[in-house]
Amino acid sequence: MTALFLEVYKTVGKRKEEEGLGEATDYAVRMHHVTKTFGKVVANKNVDLELKNGEILALLGENGSGKTTLMNMLSGIYFPDHGEIEIHGTPVTIRSPRDAFDLGIGMIHQHFKLVDVMTAAENIILGLDGKTTVNRKEINKKVGELASRYGFETDPAKKIYNMAVSEKQTVEILKVLFRGADILILDEPTAVLTPQETKKLFAVLRNMKADGKSIIIITHKLNEVMAISDRVAILRKGEYIGVVETAATNQAQLTEMMVGRPISLAIDRPKRECGEERLEVIGLTCLNGEGVKTLDNVSFTTYSGEILGVAGIAGSGQKELCEAIAGLCPTIAGSVLYSGECEGENCVSRERILGLKPDEIVKKGISMAFVPEDRLGMGLVAGMDMTDNVMLRSYKNKKGFLVDRKTPKNVAEKLIEELEIVTPGVETPVGRMSGGNVQKVLLGREIALSPSVLIVAYPVRGLDINSSYRIYDLLNEQKKKGVSVIFIGEDLDVLMELSDRIMVLCGGKVSGIVDPREVTKEDIGLMMIHVEEEVPVCK
Amino acid sequence: MQVKSTQVKEPLLRMVKRDTLSPRKAWGIRGIAFLLSLITGGVLILILGHNPFLVYKAMVVGSWGSSTVIHETVKLAVPLLITAIGISFAFKMKFWNIGAEGQILVGAVAAGAFGLFTAHIFPKLPLVILMLFAGMTAGGLYGLLPAVCKAKWGTNETLFTLMLNYIALAFVKYLMNGPWKAPGSSFPKIAMLVPGARLSKVLGVHWGWILALILVVAAYIYFNKTKQGYEIAVVGESNNTARYAGINVSRVFTRTMFLSGALCGLVGMLQFAGADYTITEGTAGGVGFTAITVAWLAKMNPIGMLGVSVFIAMLERGANTIQTNFKIPASASDLLIGIILFFMLGCEFFVTYRLIFRGKEEQHA
Amino acid sequence: MLNTLNSLFIAAVLAGTPLLLGALGEILTEKSGNMNLGVEGMMFMGAITGLAGSYYYEQTVTKSGGAPNGILSALIALLVSFLAGAFGALIYSFLTISLRANQNVTGLTLTIFGTGFGNFFGEYIGQKAGGYVAVSGTTKAAFSKLHIPVLSDIPVLGKLLFQYNWLVYLAISIAIIMAWFFNKSRIGLNLRAVGEDPATADAAGINITRYKYIATIIGGGICGIGGMYMSMVTTSGVWVHGCVSGYGWLAVALVIFATWSPAKGILVALIFGGLTIMRMYVNIPGLPAQIYDMLPYVATIVVLVVTSMRQSKEHAQPKSCGLNYFREER
Repeated sequence: MTALFLEVYKTVGKRKEEEGLGEATDYAVRMHHVTKTFGKVVANKNVDLELKNGEILALLGENGSGKTTLMNMLSGIYFPDHGEIEIHGTPVTIRSPRDAFDLGIGMIHQHFKLVDVMTAAENIILGLDGKTTVNRKEINKKVGELASRYGFETDPAKKIYNMAVSEKQTVEILKVLFRGADILILDEPTAVLTPQETKKLFAVLRNMKADGKSIIIITHKLNEVMAISDRVAILRKGEYIGVVETAATNQAQLTEMMVGRPISLAIDRPKRECGEERLEVIGLTCLNGEGVKTLDNVSFTTYSGEILGVAGIAGSGQKELCEAIAGLCPTIAGSVLYSGECEGENCVSRERILGLKPDEIVKKGISMAFVPEDRLGMGLVAGMDMTDNVMLRSYKNKKGFLVDRKTPKNVAEKLIEELEIVTPGVETPVGRMSGGNVQKVLLGREIALSPSVLIVAYPVRGLDINSSYRIYDLLNEQKKKGVSVIFIGEDLDVLMELSDRIMVLCGGKVSGIVDPREVTKEDIGLMMIHVEEEVPVCK
Repeated sequence: MQVKSTQVKEPLLRMVKRDTLSPRKAWGIRGIAFLLSLITGGVLILILGHNPFLVYKAMVVGSWGSSTVIHETVKLAVPLLITAIGISFAFKMKFWNIGAEGQILVGAVAAGAFGLFTAHIFPKLPLVILMLFAGMTAGGLYGLLPAVCKAKWGTNETLFTLMLNYIALAFVKYLMNGPWKAPGSSFPKIAMLVPGARLSKVLGVHWGWILALILVVAAYIYFNKTKQGYEIAVVGESNNTARYAGINVSRVFTRTMFLSGALCGLVGMLQFAGADYTITEGTAGGVGFTAITVAWLAKMNPIGMLGVSVFIAMLERGANTIQTNFKIPASASDLLIGIILFFMLGCEFFVTYRLIFRGKEEQHA
Repeated sequence: MLNTLNSLFIAAVLAGTPLLLGALGEILTEKSGNMNLGVEGMMFMGAITGLAGSYYYEQTVTKSGGAPNGILSALIALLVSFLAGAFGALIYSFLTISLRANQNVTGLTLTIFGTGFGNFFGEYIGQKAGGYVAVSGTTKAAFSKLHIPVLSDIPVLGKLLFQYNWLVYLAISIAIIMAWFFNKSRIGLNLRAVGEDPATADAAGINITRYKYIATIIGGGICGIGGMYMSMVTTSGVWVHGCVSGYGWLAVALVIFATWSPAKGILVALIFGGLTIMRMYVNIPGLPAQIYDMLPYVATIVVLVVTSMRQSKEHAQPKSCGLNYFREER
């Protein structure tokens, strides 16, 4: 690591010569030893970060590494517990977003901060000082001019609730520019964009850089880091790892810094017997609230004893796919057929389960487990203790009016022991546990249902390495038991090493189902942005 | 280029969510808030020129001093307690039913329909059962209406239930003036329930108090030991989780609101057949609103509601005494209840959050 | 017939004005994201303090041998009732904005408190005054109908539009100013953002706490003036126990019916006011008076259900209404 830092400091000198400025004003932002905790969770620990004038700095880190928290302190949303912040060489205190604006800092949040019932222009001038009255014609004109200067297309008089996601992002960026911010922070701006829109955005960012703005872009996508940034700062588990010149690094080095271990994850992949058919999904199609297809004619088959990985850019239909199969998301076309195990005479024939509510699926005697992406918002009840959460899916099993807490309590105690869940006891609300332990409770409960199909969405998001490996082991155990596992992942390396087959989604369509041993990561990356018509089956 | 943290100004005061607070400390905070509210009330009494201690003492004696006043106090506490329990059904699933007033009134009217007009047909026991059943059904259905709209279209239940109160009130006034007007009365009023149909008294108060105590236990069991109670809790925490768990959210909404309304309707029946023997626009008399604060202060715990409702009944009863003894208007009870509630509502903040003053972090965890 | 209609209109305006004031106060409050169910309480507080303000002013002046000035007395009532309503709203604001107490419960508590406050002091001052509180003719005259030169003398129209007491014109002016404020002014735009989406407004550098406090307190003050109208105009300067009773809630209903628009509020207040007194003017055979009283509420429910069915984004309650905001909430 020391060698790395040396390299960094060597390159710093070059820029200084160019601008002929002293050390203090060479930097737009300097954060020093910044710490922020939420309750017992340490989100940032002694983080240092420096942003030079007129550069694009990528802030890289896995989910849950504290990138957003760090930036929220810069934009005045959070107040740091410790540490100092300097803007253009002057120590400052940023107590509120207002303070941040006054310092020329503007942040484009991942979840857009726009008022739905107002127009783009109204949103843009929100909170600004100016004349008592709002002259809508004038501000629309001003906003329009600003937009065309940076090459945006937008209608200033359009209401936000009528806008598509990329339009909303445009408004967010304009809002910040309108305020004359010269330090821009973008939080995962590409997560919601198509590749074309991403390209456009990057062009705009380069324009802004040429205009003298300093930009921080938060991301965990390496290709984007390489494409847009001048330097990369890396966070891991809330700690600052280091900074490198983009030109002097490569994806392998960045990954190493980001995850802290070599690229080979060495996840077990037990040998798979080509099992029997379990789920057959045919032509599944879903619409979202605005009538856009979130799933478009999705067809695939899962088999017992395999892990089917699902890859794709965020928002390519993963959530809808899980929820449609689990009976939580209405569909407009297609079918899901379940084939049960045959044990002698007890053969469950093929059942159409699409359109059934979760409890109706259970009533059919089908044991389908689902670990949703939103753990505390959907999978678990944050305010309830472990016992009550464990019985969430099984409390109806026992007949009668009263609920049985003895069995779930035993299950909960068993889970604590077997999965090494760290908690004061079964009576502690799960919302108070750490992310890894929460996930263990959720996955443990679902596995305790002894399912024949197990759907897991982003099971290791925000988890530390050890917990992640424990989760992989659990999934493999289930696979060995003959469960058909559908694994929605975001980390391609993990997907490649864990899955028996990978289905790639792109814009709600299946762009292919591949054997990870026969393709490269780049192949899958390409499939994530292109749809091809070729669907291999279980060999 | 290092800056010492003392030079960087923190906000003067900021707050942080507490991890957990031991129950003893939490109750300590609430106790202090309660004392402060009594002191505030005392200062007010002092300004009016009375001795606060004497006034407070008179209130206690006025509500517990003799069997007659105890009966009166209990009579006030019963509707408050049952309504609070009813409301807590809805509040537990974060359904803001502030329509208890209306549900009480329609319950009373439905009970009245049998009590006033079929008393000559049925013997007492079946009549009482009929009234009970009618009151609960009417209250339940009246509570069901906003629940159905909420489940179907997401209609705001706070405003809906609020409006229903006034519709029920206007309906009662209509009955008083028109169809149900007591024959031969020059005032718009509804006839009295015949003595033979009135609820029997046990230890001096109609048996509603026994029912209320049974309901405390029943509600406790329902909330904590039954599947339906569990479902209410899950729905209250997150509709999404409930759907995920295969809970039919609409059904829980409607079922629970029916129960909530039915309990309020029961109060209407008890007030009609056990306390007032007639129906007026004051039959609900603000109980539906006060009960909300009872349920809230007791944190939806039925046993806590028992204590709080008895306490508030004591204040209301005691206020009558100080009116006669000190010439302090009886509305003082509302004033005092308001003050106490303000303090109790405010103190919860200090249970959940802690404040950090500038430069004083980390010392107290 | 025309005569009846004319007098119905006039009576509707007079009956609708306190509703309009209460509703305007609540609209301003709700636009900041606070749903204050204490309108009734704040109106009670305004009612008694306004009356008491005038009463004590008169007493003091008379005692010192002077003659009370009607206009001054009316202004004192206005100021004091505004302050009383604002004080109620201040308690509410402190509990919900600073201490994050539940808005519904706090609002209801404010209603209980304010009702008690009004009735308690109404009776208490009455006791001291030897029976009941009433202001003198001078003050009463200041609250009676105005005679505006020329305008009031226009046939028919003059009577319909230009001869009400000054509070009517004040209420309408407040409504018009408020409509302008929400739609045209910068601060109004910011306030609406606070009510719709406080996190966004916060990120835009708007001081949420300050906006919420100021809007809620001024809103409470306007409710207080509405209450003062009840004690000074409706009951002609005499304290009547429970005089506001129900009007505060009707004002809350009016807010919904007016779909949170102050300009529409004027019209709706006229309708609501008309419905409350219609039974005295128009007798529809077979339709009992009390059913009239029901109509505003039924209509409000219909509006509420229809807007929820249409999922209207605009013309609806501000989105964050009823929820408290804490910036660092995760």
